[in-house]
Parts: sequence; structure tokens; C-alpha cells
Amino acid sequence: MTFWLLLTVNSVTFGGLLFLLSAGFSLIFGLMRIPNLTHGSMFMVGAYLGSTFLGGALGFTLDFWAAAIISALEVAVLGALMERLLLRRLAGQQLAQVLVTLGVSFMVADLCLMGWGGDPISVSTPAGLGGFVRVGLAVFPLYRMAVIGIAVVFAIALWLMLERTRLGAMIRAGVDDPQMARVVGIRVSRLFTIVFGLGAGLAGFAGMIGAPILSVYPGLDQDMLPLALVVVILGGTGSLLGSFLGSIVVGFIYNFGQALLPELAYFVLFLPMVLVLVLRPQGLFGGRLL
Amino acid sequence: MTGRRIAIVVAIIGLVIVPYVITEVYYVNIASQILLYAIFALGLNVLVGYAGLVSLGHAGLFGVASYAVAYLLAAGFGHAVAIPAAIGIGLLATAVFAALALRASGISFIMITLALGEIIWGLAYRWISVTHGDNGINVTTRPAPFGLPLSSARGFYDATLIIFLLAVASSAIFVRSPLGAALCGTRDQPRRMNALGFHVWMIRFMAFMFSGLLTSISGILFVYYNEFISPQALALTASAEGLLMVISGGAGTLLGPVVGAALVVIVKNVVSGLRFTVLSPMGFADLVKFVLNGLFQHWNFLLGAIFVAIVVFMPEGLVPGSVRLARAAWRTANRSKSARPAAAAPPAPVAEQKR
Amino acid sequence: MSRRVSRRTLLTGTAAGAAVALTRFPAPAVAQAVPFKLGLLTVKTGPLAAGGILMEQGVLTYLKEKNYTLGGRKVDFISADTGGNPAGAKTKAQELVERDGVDVILGPLAAFELYAISEYVIEKKMPTLSLAAADNLTQRTPNPYLLRASATSSQATQPLGHYAATELKLKRVVTISEDFAFGHEQMGGFQASFQKDGGCVVNKLWPPLVTPDYTPYIAQIVACDAVCQGFAGSNPLRFMKQYATAGLKYPVIAGEAGADDFLLKSFGEEALGLVSAAPYTLDLESDANHRFVDGMLKNYDAIPGQYAALLYCNCQVLDAGLQTVGGDARDREKLMAALKLVTLTDTPRGPIKFDHLNNVIGTIYIRRVVKEGAKYGLKLWNKTIHTYENVSQFWTWPEKEFLAHPVYSRDYPPLTKC
Repeated sequence: MTFWLLLTVNSVTFGGLLFLLSAGFSLIFGLMRIPNLTHGSMFMVGAYLGSTFLGGALGFTLDFWAAAIISALEVAVLGALMERLLLRRLAGQQLAQVLVTLGVSFMVADLCLMGWGGDPISVSTPAGLGGFVRVGLAVFPLYRMAVIGIAVVFAIALWLMLERTRLGAMIRAGVDDPQMARVVGIRVSRLFTIVFGLGAGLAGFAGMIGAPILSVYPGLDQDMLPLALVVVILGGTGSLLGSFLGSIVVGFIYNFGQALLPELAYFVLFLPMVLVLVLRPQGLFGGRLL
Repeated sequence: MTGRRIAIVVAIIGLVIVPYVITEVYYVNIASQILLYAIFALGLNVLVGYAGLVSLGHAGLFGVASYAVAYLLAAGFGHAVAIPAAIGIGLLATAVFAALALRASGISFIMITLALGEIIWGLAYRWISVTHGDNGINVTTRPAPFGLPLSSARGFYDATLIIFLLAVASSAIFVRSPLGAALCGTRDQPRRMNALGFHVWMIRFMAFMFSGLLTSISGILFVYYNEFISPQALALTASAEGLLMVISGGAGTLLGPVVGAALVVIVKNVVSGLRFTVLSPMGFADLVKFVLNGLFQHWNFLLGAIFVAIVVFMPEGLVPGSVRLARAAWRTANRSKSARPAAAAPPAPVAEQKR
Repeated sequence: MSRRVSRRTLLTGTAAGAAVALTRFPAPAVAQAVPFKLGLLTVKTGPLAAGGILMEQGVLTYLKEKNYTLGGRKVDFISADTGGNPAGAKTKAQELVERDGVDVILGPLAAFELYAISEYVIEKKMPTLSLAAADNLTQRTPNPYLLRASATSSQATQPLGHYAATELKLKRVVTISEDFAFGHEQMGGFQASFQKDGGCVVNKLWPPLVTPDYTPYIAQIVACDAVCQGFAGSNPLRFMKQYATAGLKYPVIAGEAGADDFLLKSFGEEALGLVSAAPYTLDLESDANHRFVDGMLKNYDAIPGQYAALLYCNCQVLDAGLQTVGGDARDREKLMAALKLVTLTDTPRGPIKFDHLNNVIGTIYIRRVVKEGAKYGLKLWNKTIHTYENVSQFWTWPEKEFLAHPVYSRDYPPLTKC
């Protein structure tokens, strides 16, 4: 019984982390129609930067949450720069854009190795969240519960942003029909930069939020990117609700797969992605944005 | 086209005498690696270059054949059984890949192949009872066809060279065949090809199978070269490196993937071992050397940067790109000779390759 | 990614004119005039990197102490990063042997790496002084060019099994370790000796080397009275932390790498009470150990554990063996024969000698993590609570009986009802 309870709690928390990672990925995919293969790198850079701020790289040690926000902002700027300087030159050539993101992910991985070395960095849990609460047989690790809370808050905030703001309306228009959006006077190119920066920032934030659980190590990017891909393919590109549901589903598959089918853990993780792509390319939860 | 024939003969002679010119075992081995990766890149190029389908899962196919041959050898079968069986298993996996991935094209094709590649990698990594996971599988012998042992670096190079030449020749024949022409048609105008009565799916399927054949062969050579196989050889990075070879050299050309394979292998192995001596009170030259040392050591960064630069500035790849630049330079030189220096040379015809 | 640390060029700058230190000049046949080329296969990337970096520091600490001289020869030291995987180890071994022309290889770190290069080392007749603990290479399939001054994977966990059953009075244990050769052999050794002394291993869990979150495995730890973990590199840190946050209270015991002294600075309260068995302990009060630890602190400000200490020992063995052959490393058989005969008493881990299969016989220390008596500014300390002297790779079994059973693996000894 403890087994099922512990793994269920863990699946939901991992799903929350995956949502933070893949929401931005999904927005970018929906709007620009490309899988951003640097998304895992952004996650890793966010975690590395955040862990460095925690260690006092700015001359003073930052609070965990402040470090997470600052590193997210920095990664957002990096993402926006990448869109402006590289992807913009290849506007309209989706394949070339994908290849560029692939090349950049090589470069980022090696830059991180240069900057932080190959030794994994463990990030301590923020103050006050180190323990756990026991309710009957179930154990709820505090920090992991906080991750779920953060994911829900972000889901609501993103939903409000998309639904209630002008920017959100423009993004929705761009996802639905970029040509038409341009015709009605939306500066789609600027929108691309904003969304790319936003998506990268979310990934960077997720990286720091995930760091106390996963630690930060070379190859973290390659571990997380395929997970984001699975989530977005299952959920449908550009769909916020799809990302959320997809994240929870993948959280469960990932955790229970490792525990119950260790030999086939990755098979059961990626097979749904293949099946969805082959049989239902719009995603399990429809192709709409919300 | 006699000039072309002469070039081909010269190239073959050059490749044959490589182990006599470079006698050091280490560099002969590097040359073998270049050839075996060139076979891999040629296989991937059939899809990327001629069919316009970008696969990010080819390392998975490569791995199926690798693991098949390693598993069979470890189980006690001889080379004569293991090699054909591994090719067969590789082709079977290719057929499954193709049947699933060819439901889509463009970005979706990339995603499906990526997921399939990850599945194969995941099995290699975690299906311990068959693959031994991280421990990998050791292969202790290389075959000795016709009594010629491949255990020495030179013997292995010669065998790889023969297979490489066969791979190039068969690729050339494939590309020039009606099937190859039809394949290019499906790349550029799939709908029109369909309307003209071509079976687009079947053409692509055949191309995929040919690609899978070359990939499987390179996978088997890889196992014999390393005498070892482990999941790292199947990772997403390996697929990406294959793509890097094809795109950087020039997709849709025969020479391009070979040049790309050489570029990647050399950057990875040779350049990463170069080291300038830096004196401790640094002068400017020492600073430059210091930076170069850093770049050499970080070949992954270097490869990524080369890749990005090629995609952005020379999208057709190094081989066609340099040919274009050379032609443009030649034309400019000729124009300026013909007593019209004021007239600027027209911009070089940029290859409009909408991939 | 091999890095040349050439002391001559670094310190004196004699090679001012030579712009490129090309590494592939064929070595002249004069033995004494050219430096002795020492290659190290280590890991600087991935979960094992923390240990790999300390390995290099251990070697350099010895070289600095001896003024970069081994057996009367100047030493040219070349370090290569295998990335902590077998394929990388193979590539880097080829680089060291074929391109750099090294005389001796130190390393690699991990057992699965050593298994991958073993055939190659024999083919090239390359003396290899390993840290890695691939049991079978000094057991059923001995490699004549391998000398192991560290320990086999099971050399420390066999005494641990004995201690757990007889002193800690444990009955039912769940083992958890990385799913690669080192983990398999460690846990196999533990299971064999623990069950021989009346204990019972009730489940064996194998997360892969790179496992971001151990919770899916921790959730399967039930119905036992202790957990035996065999993690390596920096993995023990994450395992212990996630184990504690999952609310589990069973006591934990560990193999040689699972509570390595270098981890003490990063462990938190969750590690208190952790009992481990290791061939080296920071706690050992001897001149040799003080000299070694002081060197590590002075050179690298690093508190060492067994990764650095065992490489330091390897250098001591190499130094002594080279003395015997007068610094001439060209005759590899002669060098190997000399190395096998080395016995030392002044190593950081205590006295060592070798058995006829080239594996070390030495002391195994049982330690417990406590707060009292911590030195070097640490908050936690591995306090020695028991020592087993002259432990061989066969533990208390007669050699013949030991070698008659298969090598310890994922499936041997099998899980039995007990």
C-alpha cells in the first residue's frame, strides 16, 4: 500500500515539474510549428545558473526563490536572443530552424560542461520544505507538494494570460492561423520573440525548481527534452490543458514504468508518443489551445 | 566526363594507399572510423538528401544491427551466421520504422523517428537480460574472410574500404536509377508525383529500406571496430551526429556525407587531442593558443558551432557550398580580366534549397 | 579530451620554440633519457566525476611529493576523461596507448569500463594498475597485465555481510545499487557472505547509473530491517536524501563508495548512523595517511576519500616496482613480475601485498557516520568501529571453492526464499 501511495504522490509531483517544463515547449511548438530542441538545454541552464546564484556567485547568496526567478529571467533573455539572432534568419524554413536548435543544444551542453565541470551539483531544498508530512500510511514530502502548488499556480496564470490579456489573444490567433493573424495587424515576428523568450524562461524556472529533486548534471538536457516531447505530443501542440493532462499522464508512466516494468521503462514511455503521432497527430486531448 | 573518371580513380588509389602513407596504428584506425561513419552517413543521406525526410532515429537502426551481431556472437554463433542475421534483423527493424514513420512527413517524421530511436535506446539501456544494459556486450573476435584476418588495423581498414566503395557505388546506382529519380520527385513535388500515378509511399519505403541496409552494415562494422557495444552508441546525440555529417557535408550529394563524416570524426578524435604549449606569463600569441586549446578540448561545442554556421550560412552543405563559392570566384576573376572592372559581378546564384 | 600535464613545459618553459606539443613522436629507444609516460583513465563527466577528479588529484599528490619522479625516471603525466562509460574507456585507452605511447595505465574508475578494455590491454601488453573493481579479471579470467591495488567489488562487501549478520544482528536486508558491473558484484558479495552467516537478502533493486529520481525504487523497499546501498560517485548523496524525504526509517549500510569520506562534507543529518565497509578510511591514524591527507589539503584543499587514496597507493606500488627494474619499463613482463612482488607497509590504507592472481590483500575498515571526533572542519565523520585485517578477494572461502561458483552478477547469488 505504501508503495502505491508513495508512487502516486511522486507521479503527480513529477507531472507538475513536467508541466512547468513543457508548457513553454508547447506554446513555441504551437505558434512556430517547430519542436525547440534546445528546450532541455534551457532547463539545464536555468538549473546551473540558479545553483550558482545560491552558491553566492553574485557576491551574496540569494534566496532559493529569488535565484529561481533571476535565472528564469536570464534564460528568457537567452531564448529571445536565440530567436532574434538565429531563428529569425531562417523564417519560414522550419526544418532549418529545427536543425539550428539541435546545433545550439550541442553548444550549450558543452558550454555548461566548461563552466560548471562534469561533477553533478546538488541543490539543497529551500528552507522549511525539507521534511515530509505523514497522513496515515501516506507520506507527503513537503517540497514535492510545493512543486505541485507552483505548477497549478503557473497553469492558472498562463491560462489567464492567454484568455484575458491582449498578448494572450494575439498568441491564440497566431497559433490558430498565423497568416490571418498577420493580416489583421498582429506583428507575428515580435510575437515569436516574446513567446520564445517566455517558453525558455519557463524551462529555466522549471530547471531550478527541479534541481533540489534531480540535482544538476551534464546530460540533464538530454534526459528532459524527450520527456517534454512526449508530453506535448500526447497533449497536442499549443494546448495548455493538453500539456497539463499530458504531464500528469507522463508522470505516472515514468514512475510506475520504472518500478513495475524496469526493463521496458523507456518502451512504455515512448510507445504512446509513436502511437499518437501515427494514429492521432493532433494529440490525445485535441488540437485547441486551451 | 573523363575528368570526373580520373578524379574517381585518383580518389580510390588515394584511399587504398592511406595505411601505407600513415603508418601509425592510431591514425589508420581513425581512417577506418571515417569510412564506417561515411557508410552510416550515406545511408542517412538517402532519406535526408534524396527523399527530403529528416530522421533523428537512425542511431536506433544502427544499434539494432550492432546489438544483433554482438548478441549472436556472444551466444556462440559464427561470423557467417551472425552477420547475415544481423543485417536481416536490421532490415526488419527498418521496415517497422518505415511503416510507422512514413505515415507522416516533415516535422512529424522527425518526431516519430526520434521517438522510435529513443525506444531502441531505452531497450538497449534497460532490457538487461538481453543487452546487459550499461555493461554492454564484448565481442572478442573479428572475422577473417578468405583467411585474411581483420584483427590488425590495416586489415580492418582494407575491409572497411572495400565495403565503403561498394556502398558509394550502390548509392550512385540507386540515385541514378529510375527509382532514385522518382524519389527526388517525391521530395520536391509529392502531390504531383501522386497525381502522375507514382506510388509515393512505396517509393519512400524502398528508399528507407536501402537506407536501413547501409545503416545496418555500418552498425556491424562499428561493433567489429570497437569489439564492444553499449547504449551510448544509440543515444539521441549519435543520431544528431549522423545528421550533422549529412547536412554539413551536403545532403543530396554523394561526396557530401563522406566529407561530413570525415569532418566529424576528425574534430572528435584528432582535433580534441591537439594541444598547444602555453607559457605561463601569457603574451598575445599564448592567449590565442589558450583559446584554441579550449576549443580543441571542447569538440562538442565546435561541432555544434560548425553545424549552426553551416545551416545558417551555407544551407546546401560544405561540398556544394564550396563548389558554388569556387565557381563564383572563378567567374569574378574572369570578368575582371575582360576589361570591365567597373561592372560588379552579379551575386552568386544562391541555391534555393527549401528543405 | 585528454589533458597533458607536462611539468617540464609548465614550470620551466623550456619548449619555448616548439609551438605545438604534438603527442605522436615515436618514442626513442633510450629508456632513461626520455620521461616515463604515465597515463590515467579517469572520469570527469557524469555521476562518477566527483570520484574521477579525486583520482587525478591522488596521482598528482604523489607525483608532487616525489618531485615528478617514479623509480628514478622523470614522469610525463597524461590524463584522459572516459566520460564514465565503457565505450569512452575503450576510445581513451586507444588514445593513450596508440597516440600518446604511455608506458603504464592507471585506472579506469569503474568495473564496466575495465571489462571493456581488458582484452585490449592484453593485446597491447599494457601494464594497467586499476582502481576499477571488475572481480573476474583477477579471478576466473585473470588478466596478466592487470594489477589491482584497490580492491575487487566484493572485497569490502563480503566483510560487510559478515559484520551485518554477526555484529549488527540484521536478518532481512533489501539491496539497492547501480545497475552495472560494480553494483552487481558488490551486492553479490554482500549477499553471499550475509546469507552464509544467517542473514537473508529479500529483494535486490537496480536503478541505472543516471537516475534523476530514486523514488520509484525507494517505494519498493518494504518488509526488511535494513537497506544495503552500493552507490558510487556522487549518487549516494541523492539516494540518502531522497530516502529520507520518502519517510523511510530502516537503517542503511553501504559499500566502499556509498559513504566515501569525500562525501562527508556534503551529507546532511540523513547520513547519521550509516555503516559502511571500505579499503581506505580517512580515520586511519598513521604517518602515511597523514602525509597523504596533508598533501591533498595543501595541493587541492580537498578532503580525500578512497578514490584519491587508492590511486595514491597505486602510484606507490608503481614507484616501488619501477625501482626494482631500474626504471626500465620496456620489458612489460619483467615490470609486471616486479610489480606483483611489491609489498608495502606505509600506504594511506595500511599494509598491502598481492595474491598470485594480482589482487591486493589488505585491511577492510567498518565505519559508522557520527558527529563526534570530526576533523578537518567537517561536521560528520566516518568513525572506524571494526577492522578486518589481511582480507583477500576470496574472503573466508578457500580459493578453489570460491572460484567454483560463477562471478557475482545481477542474478548470482539468486534471490532465494529464506
